Amino acid sequence: MYTQDMIDSINRLEETRGKRMKQELSLLTSKEKDELLHKFHPDYQPGTLRELKIGPNKGERVIHEIANLFEAYSQIDPTKFDISEIDYDIDVLIIGGGGAGASAALIAQEKGVSVLLATKLRLGDSNTMMAQGGIQAADKPNDSPPRHYLDVIGGGGFYNTPELVNVLVRDAPETIVWLEDLGVMFDKENDGTMITIHGGGTSRKRMHSARDYTGGEIMKTLRDEVKNRGIDIIEFSPAIELLTDDEKCTGAILYNLETEEYVVVRAKTTILATGGAGRLHVQDFPTSNHYGATADGLVIAYRAGSPVIFMDNIQYHPTGAAFPEQIVGLLVTEKCRGLGAQLVNNDGDRFIYELETRDAESAAIIKECVESNKGIKTPTGILGVWLDTPMIDIIHGEGTIQKKLPAMYRQYQRFDIDMSKEPLLVYPTQHFQNGGIMVNEKAETKIANLYAAGEVEGGVHGRNRLMGNSLLECIVFGKRAGKNAALKAKEIERGKLTLQHIKRYHIELKDANIEADIMSPMLLPDYRRKETIARMIDI
Amino acid sequence: MSEDKKMISIYIIGKKYLVPYGLTIMKAMEYAGYRYIRGCGCRGGFCGGCGTVYRFKDDYKLQSGLACQTVVEENMYLVQIPFFPANKADYNLDELKPIGGTLLKLYPELARCVSCNTCTKVCPQDIEVMDYMQAALRGDIKSAADISFDCIMCGLCAVRCPAEIVQYNIAILCRRLYGKYIAPKTEHVKVRMAEISEGKFDKELKNLMKSDIKILKKLYNERDIEPEESER
Repeated sequence: MYTQDMIDSINRLEETRGKRMKQELSLLTSKEKDELLHKFHPDYQPGTLRELKIGPNKGERVIHEIANLFEAYSQIDPTKFDISEIDYDIDVLIIGGGGAGASAALIAQEKGVSVLLATKLRLGDSNTMMAQGGIQAADKPNDSPPRHYLDVIGGGGFYNTPELVNVLVRDAPETIVWLEDLGVMFDKENDGTMITIHGGGTSRKRMHSARDYTGGEIMKTLRDEVKNRGIDIIEFSPAIELLTDDEKCTGAILYNLETEEYVVVRAKTTILATGGAGRLHVQDFPTSNHYGATADGLVIAYRAGSPVIFMDNIQYHPTGAAFPEQIVGLLVTEKCRGLGAQLVNNDGDRFIYELETRDAESAAIIKECVESNKGIKTPTGILGVWLDTPMIDIIHGEGTIQKKLPAMYRQYQRFDIDMSKEPLLVYPTQHFQNGGIMVNEKAETKIANLYAAGEVEGGVHGRNRLMGNSLLECIVFGKRAGKNAALKAKEIERGKLTLQHIKRYHIELKDANIEADIMSPMLLPDYRRKETIARMIDI
Repeated sequence: MSEDKKMISIYIIGKKYLVPYGLTIMKAMEYAGYRYIRGCGCRGGFCGGCGTVYRFKDDYKLQSGLACQTVVEENMYLVQIPFFPANKADYNLDELKPIGGTLLKLYPELARCVSCNTCTKVCPQDIEVMDYMQAALRGDIKSAADISFDCIMCGLCAVRCPAEIVQYNIAILCRRLYGKYIAPKTEHVKVRMAEISEGKFDKELKNLMKSDIKILKKLYNERDIEPEESER
C-alpha cells in the first residue's frame, strides 16, 4: 500500500526504533508550549478569527466558520410563519440523539415527565459513537477528583469555568457506575479492577475503556435502553429554530428531512444536545466528526439570545489519518500513544513527547511538516508524520494491537496496512468544539427553560479538552440536564409560542448590512461536486 | 499515482455513473451527485449507518460492505440499505437473569438458526457472527458478548438471515447482561463514590476553585506524573 518513498522512510524509522525506545523526552515548559502554540497551532494563525457584528457576543472574536453561521438569517420568515398548530405538546424536549441526549432522555423519563427526543439522523448517530479512546474518572487509590480537576484546567489553559469542572470530576465515578449498571462492558482485570491508562495531559492513569469502541459501546447501550423505555423518538428531524415566549424557551421547530415538512413542538423545558462542528471544516481541515456535526444547536441558541463561550478556538486532534486517501481525517486514537507509539519524522527522529496536550501535539506535527520540512508526502500531496504503532506490540507483547485496538486494526487492515507491523501516517484533523453555549452546573443556559449538554455547551474544557473528558462530560451534563429539565418542567406551565426572537435577530442582521440570502443552520454538509451543483435545476 | 485520474463505471441503484477510481462507495455516490440524508452516519466505520449490498457484472455472488469503508470497483452494482425493520425485544435489564433462557424468551427465533454461516460471511466487521449466535443458543453469554464486541449494528446479517434472526439485537443484549451481571465486580469506583458523597474532597476542591491562576499554574506544573510503566 505504501509508496517506495514511504517505504524508504519507514526503513529509517525502523533503524532508529531501538534507540528511540530508550530515549527520554521531557515535557515542554509553559514557555516552550506557548511559543509552539502561537507559532504553529491553527487557532493562532492570522485571519482565523473575526469580530461578531451581532448577537449576545457582539464584538467578540470567534472562528470565521462559526461567525458565518451566526451572521445569517433563519431558514424561515418569522413574519409569515404559522406556528399556531402544535404537533407535540410535551414536558421535556431533547434535541440530539448522541450520548448527552440519550442520557438526558433516560434521566428525565425516570423523573416521571413526558419526553420527546428529536435527532437529525438516527438515534446514536453522533461523535459519541466514534469516540474510541476512553472515559476519564478519578477512581483509583492513587488518584483523586482534585487531581483530575487540576489536569482538566491545566489542559484547558486555565480558562475553564471552575463550577463546571468541579461537577465534572465529582460526578465522574458515579457516571462509570451508572454506565456499568446499564451493562457497558468496561475493560477490567480479573479481580474487577478497571484497567486504566494515561491520555495526553493526565497525571494519573484514569482512562477507562471498552476496548477501542468505548464511545460506541456506551452509545449502543444507551440507545438500547432508550428504546426499551419506550421514549418517543423522532429521527431525521433536526431543530431549525427554538421557540420562545419572547424571553423564555417554550419549544422548537423541527424539520422532517424526508418530507420537508416542519413540526411544531411545545415543551416546558428544552435540552440542546446537538453536538459539535467538525463538518464546518475550519480552515479546510479534514475532520474526524460524524456527518451531522454542523453546529445547529449553537446557532439556534445564539439566535434566541444565548451567549457562547470560548468559540475562538477549535480542537485539532493531532493524529488524524493522512494516508490512505480514503480515510483522510479519520481518527487514529490517542490510545495508540497512550500505549507507547511514538511520533517520528522523515529522518526517523522523534520531535515531541507523545503525551503533551492535544493542542501542543498538533502544533508540533504541523511545525515538523511545514517549518522543519521533515514530513512525509503522500502521492496526493498530503503531508504527515509517522506514528510508530508496531512499538505497541513490542512493548506490551504480540497481539496487543489486535486485542486492545481492534477498531483501529480493522480500519487499516481494510486498506492492506498492518499497523502492528507498519507505522501509520498522521496529521492533525478538526476534532472537537472546545467552547459552546454558556451553561451553569445545572446545565442551564442563560435562556430560562433551555438547557445544554455535550459538545454543544462550553466552559468545562476551557480552550482545550483532554482525551476522555468529552465522553465523561456528555454523560455527566446529559444526566444533569435531564434531571434539572424534568424537575423544572414539573414546576411550570406550558408557555406561549412566538418567533419574536427571530424577528429581533433579523432586524439586527439587517442593521449590520448582512445579505439576506445567507442562511443557517446548515443541517448537513454538501459534498457534491461544484460541477453537479451548478447544473441542478429546481422543478 | 496515475490511477487517480482513472474513471470507472459503477451502477448506483441500477443507473450508470462514471466516478474516479479509488473513492469509497460513499464518496463515489457524492461525486455522482447524491447528497445523503439516510445511509450516512459517522463516515468512519463506527455507526453502522451505511450497509451496502453489491454485485459485479456477470457474477451471481452478492457481496456487502460499509459504503464509507469500501472502495468502488469497475462494474459494481450497488444499493444501500437505508433502514431494516428489525425486531427488537423490549426488556427491563434489572429484571433479567443472565442465562440462556432469557435470550430464548426474548428472542425465540434464536432457536431457528440453521448454522448456514451467511451472517458471518456478510459481516463487514469480520465478526464470527454464527459463532456468537451458537454461543447465545448454548447460553454462553460471556462468549457471545466477547465475540460480538466489535459489532456496529449495521444490520447486514439480519437482512440476509434465512431464519429471520436479528443477530445484532441479541448481541447487545448479551453484552449488557455480561457487563451488568457476569463481569467481575468493581469495588474501587464505589469506594470513591462514597468518599465523594461523604465530602472527603470538598475542601480541596473548593480551594482549587478559589485559587488564582498563578497558584493553579504552579500546582499544575509541579504535579507528579504517574510513570508509564506502573501497573494499575
